[in-house]
Amino acid sequence: MIEAVGLTKRYGAKTAVHNLSFQVRPGAVTGFLGPNGSGKSTTMRMMLGLDRPTSGHVTIGGHAFRSLPNAPRQVGALLDAKAVHGGRSARNHLLSLAQLAGIPAARVDEVLGVVGLQDVAKRRSKGFSLGMGQRLGIAAALLGDPHVLLFDEPVNGLDPEGILWVRNLMKQLASEGRTVFVSSHLMSEMALTADHLIVIGRGRLLSDMSVTDFISANSADFARVRLPADRPEFREKLTASLTEAGGQVMPELDGALRVTGLALPRISDLAHESDVRLWELSPHQASLEEAYMRMTQGAVDYRSTADAKAGLQAPPPGYGQPGYGQPGFEGHAQPGYAPPPEVPQQGWYAPPPPGQNPYAAPAPEPAERKTSEDSR
Amino acid sequence: MTMPATPPPAQAPQPPQAPQPSYQQPQQGWGAPAGSYASPIPVRTPGLGDAIASEWTKIRSVRSTMWTLGVMIVLLVGIGLLVALVVSMSDAPMGDAPVLTLGFFGVLLGSICVITLGVLTIASEYTTGMIRTTLTACPSRARILIAKSVVFFLLSFTITTVTTGVVGVLQTAMLDGATPDTGFWLRSTVGIGLYVATLGLLSLAVGAIVRHSAGAITIMIAVVLLPLVLAMFMFSASLASVQKALFEYSIPNQIGAMYDATVTSSGPTGWEPLWVILGVTAVAMAGAFFALERRDV
Repeated sequence: MIEAVGLTKRYGAKTAVHNLSFQVRPGAVTGFLGPNGSGKSTTMRMMLGLDRPTSGHVTIGGHAFRSLPNAPRQVGALLDAKAVHGGRSARNHLLSLAQLAGIPAARVDEVLGVVGLQDVAKRRSKGFSLGMGQRLGIAAALLGDPHVLLFDEPVNGLDPEGILWVRNLMKQLASEGRTVFVSSHLMSEMALTADHLIVIGRGRLLSDMSVTDFISANSADFARVRLPADRPEFREKLTASLTEAGGQVMPELDGALRVTGLALPRISDLAHESDVRLWELSPHQASLEEAYMRMTQGAVDYRSTADAKAGLQAPPPGYGQPGYGQPGFEGHAQPGYAPPPEVPQQGWYAPPPPGQNPYAAPAPEPAERKTSEDSR
Repeated sequence: MTMPATPPPAQAPQPPQAPQPSYQQPQQGWGAPAGSYASPIPVRTPGLGDAIASEWTKIRSVRSTMWTLGVMIVLLVGIGLLVALVVSMSDAPMGDAPVLTLGFFGVLLGSICVITLGVLTIASEYTTGMIRTTLTACPSRARILIAKSVVFFLLSFTITTVTTGVVGVLQTAMLDGATPDTGFWLRSTVGIGLYVATLGLLSLAVGAIVRHSAGAITIMIAVVLLPLVLAMFMFSASLASVQKALFEYSIPNQIGAMYDATVTSSGPTGWEPLWVILGVTAVAMAGAFFALERRDV
């Protein structure tokens, strides 16, 4: 059991973590999510007593880490796979940690076997790949066979086999009754691994709930309706009748309609009543990734923009022409059709959830437009 | 959150991945109370002895230790023998001067190797990030600092004392000078060993405060060499007292004092340089302890 109460960490004027309170329970994998620079690693360092909180406190099993009796047998951590002396062999690295914690040396060869590094145990870790370094870090965390495990980005640099292994390892560790706390910025990975999610952005708590609750609270279902391309008047007719019936209709990039607030049979009935033929009527669920992206949108510190290469390159012929470089436009009936600004153009867009989320901001449209036009 | 004092019987330590009957006890599993997982590996509260064993593993498993100490041995033996050879071939042999004094040159150069090793012992943990792994495995920072100091001090003291002893025996065999008494022998081997190892310990403390290998090594080499160089250029009469103090307490002069060979007629003599450096190192170690205890890593 890990408990953080009002945890705050300031570095000069910058607040890395602000008033963070949460609990991590045993017997489950708890995912710790947030964009780059949101304070995940700082929080984990404070849990391990490496950084001193500016205010608040965090305890593991009721004790601050530095006053834990026999800490290495209770808590294992992978903070940074590169936190090893590169000139030391994998085995000697683990041996020194085992000796420090009073763990029998036989355990070293055991964990080397668990992470699959027994063949390179005598090699200096300087030559290790990112994935091998990650495995060495996981071995160090497992060394004391602790009942609380912290992993900071454990799947970084791992191959698909390694990712699957880590996923199963986390689940297995949790099923043995241990507390497993895993940070990541990969929502898709956490959706498969975690039972519970703690989401932070800019050092503040955004969400603390189980994965199933998170999905139902943050992702909304919608129906995609596609109309015959040769009958543009159907579009307005159906939009009007759906809106009248209480649904929300948003046009999609390729001309389809995104309908929320109405069940599929009802949409079909309404289309039938207004004499509109449908080419597609399909149910969709916004993925967890979309929900996470929307939640953290307002809390992203380091946002990438399109690499316009402006001034370095003459615009290609036909640049800026309607539908340029956009596959999926060919089915559209209106030549010269420019996408209306409200069209969701990025995969992560999803309609607002039932419970309004204060961090959801409208999609930054002009920037997005540029992105999609530039991607050829 | 209790750990059993004794291990569960009949369970050899196994990787946690392997299916283990003991892990599937009914009281464990999903929704179990806090800390219900108990490791089958015997639990033993580690102490300073474990930390010393760990630091010994660390110091012997990196190449920088072999390189710095190897170079030091080569310098001590090589320069010691070379000086003895040059003196024996010259027209004016030792006369009444004690032969062991010739060990000074090798020790002065060799001490730079010990300084490097002292700094690297702790600063390399910071430059590689290893310190975070170490302090996760042992939250007591004082224990780490003490263990590092003990291992480093014993290692550098042993190597320096043995090497200066061997060089002294070879030099006395090659040259006929004044027969050194036991006190002089002790001072030029054990005394020099203690002095050089303490100098290395001072470097370790500086490394812990600066947390940067190159920076700390530069500082320590400046501390060793600069006072003497500065004093050489102090021609002004008003600076004479400063010049005298810099000469007397500069580290090369203090090493010389332990060999009864100084550039000044005053200043510390005999074993006194050792007490001076021990005092300085104690202060630096206290600083390192507080820095380590208070700072984020």
